[in-house]
Amino acid sequence: MYTQGLNQAVEDGGPEDAELLARFQAKIDREEKIEPNDWMPKAYRQTLIRQISQHAHSEIVGMLPEGNWLTRAPSLRRKAILLAKVQDEGGHGLYLYAAAETLGISRAEMVDRLLEGRARYSSIFNYPTITWADIGAVGWLVDGAAIMNQIPLCRCSYGPYARAMIRICKEESFHQRQGYEAMSRLAEGTAAQKRMAQDALDRWWWPSLMMFGPSDADSPHTGRSMRWKIKRFTNDELRQKFVDATVPQARLIGLEPPDPELRHDEESGHWRFGEIDWTEFNEVLAGNGPCNRERMAARRKAHAEGAWVREAATAHARKKRSRMAMAAAAE
Amino acid sequence: MADALTAAYALRLGDDALILSHRLSEWVGHGPELEEDIALANTALDLLGQARLLLACAGAREGRGRDEDALAYGRDVLDFSNLLLVEQPNGDFAQTMVRQFLFDAYAVELWPRLSASRDEALAGIAGKAAREAAYHVEQSAAWVVRMGDGTEESHARAQAGLDLLWPYAGEIFEADEVETTLAEKGIAVAPSVLREHWQARVEPVLEEAGLVPPEGTGVRKGGRQGRHSEHLGHLLAEFQFMQRAYPGAEW
Repeated sequence: MYTQGLNQAVEDGGPEDAELLARFQAKIDREEKIEPNDWMPKAYRQTLIRQISQHAHSEIVGMLPEGNWLTRAPSLRRKAILLAKVQDEGGHGLYLYAAAETLGISRAEMVDRLLEGRARYSSIFNYPTITWADIGAVGWLVDGAAIMNQIPLCRCSYGPYARAMIRICKEESFHQRQGYEAMSRLAEGTAAQKRMAQDALDRWWWPSLMMFGPSDADSPHTGRSMRWKIKRFTNDELRQKFVDATVPQARLIGLEPPDPELRHDEESGHWRFGEIDWTEFNEVLAGNGPCNRERMAARRKAHAEGAWVREAATAHARKKRSRMAMAAAAE
Repeated sequence: MADALTAAYALRLGDDALILSHRLSEWVGHGPELEEDIALANTALDLLGQARLLLACAGAREGRGRDEDALAYGRDVLDFSNLLLVEQPNGDFAQTMVRQFLFDAYAVELWPRLSASRDEALAGIAGKAAREAAYHVEQSAAWVVRMGDGTEESHARAQAGLDLLWPYAGEIFEADEVETTLAEKGIAVAPSVLREHWQARVEPVLEEAGLVPPEGTGVRKGGRQGRHSEHLGHLLAEFQFMQRAYPGAEW
């Protein structure tokens, strides 16, 4: 496996010194962090750029389905919580773009890749937020699944990413609890509120399980990412953890995940669940989800309509510099 | 009587913050740059925080058992008392920032003075709001300058925003018996006192930006008395939808 990984890296990035690779891997094996100026295989760099920028894009696109309810939140307290949450997502995006920039790519380039459809973001944000309960479900399930994925990333071998994730995870876990609290309120509310809550769980349950990615058998890069300690657990392990944590939470507030095959396995202690509809997963990934076009259109529109603003800021900064230079020269 | 007046005063200031916060929240996720998206959300959140405190204060002084949500979601246009300025639509980023600057330049002069109010609750809220307003005006003034001085297009957009919104600024300094009576008692700040300070903040920024206020536009007013523009009804239709659709539900 190890040699195969080395060959892979060499193929990706031209001739790389076996000695450097060995030292790199040894450092990772000692649980030391790789920092921006350290030598790293090209494939490691590219994997991280892809993963961190994809994560950043997800935060930014994720502002849209939640932002959809900012103007309609049902109480001022809920509105404040949601505003703070969406602001946090923006902050996470900023943080993550900065972490990715330490790998030698600019934010502008990453954003271009997203807008041109060359970079991905989490497919979960291609689902619509139809009712207020979806805001609770997104916090509880989507942020809950994200945390399962992200907590191990706090120990990721790449220093800037790991450090960014520590702060992000703290905020995400806060969001998850807020989402669950919002959902609990609905579940103990009127019949209309309960219906809204169960409907949201029905729609978000399976897409949340899909957030962990393809089954291990179909996840070709897992081995290498685990060896590089970018990844610490497999997709299926994390998915199981999520299900085990979430099913009791749902039942505690009187909601039921939409899976007739869901049962508790006394022997292993795990909740066993039915087969994920991978056709749907692949369809959404391929751009055919309910909101793929809307999300990208919204991002492209904001970027295009913001162009004159960014140009104005640049032009003003340039003028200011030249005026200062002229003033200095005149002295 | 004093309590009814204080309630009306707190409600006016609270409605300003509530409606402006709502307008800014419409931007979130759609800003021209990520940093600005975050800043718009942040300002919206500050204003919402102010609104909640002020509405709660108004409800308590009113003594009719209405809390912040009852006041925010249970009133129709005629009972909202915000300035017309803050309910004006976002338009482009220039229009939004000009609106913000005209308001911030007032807020940053109002709150420090109100923090010396004889009404302790209002003084406390004002002290918190004063710190926030100082950041807000720094941000909005910087954008007015950037856009006015930036490119031909940004200058034209900023000037158009100023032309559109300038007539609404005059309402800031209008006073009726609510402000007049409370100002005499040392509870409120007389809006007329703020005009020259507002001008001293606004004029240098517009000059640096190369923007010129339109002349002979008159003053658009009536918000304090519930005479609003057509825009507020649409804003409330969206903002109040959930509470109207599910009366009495807890969220």
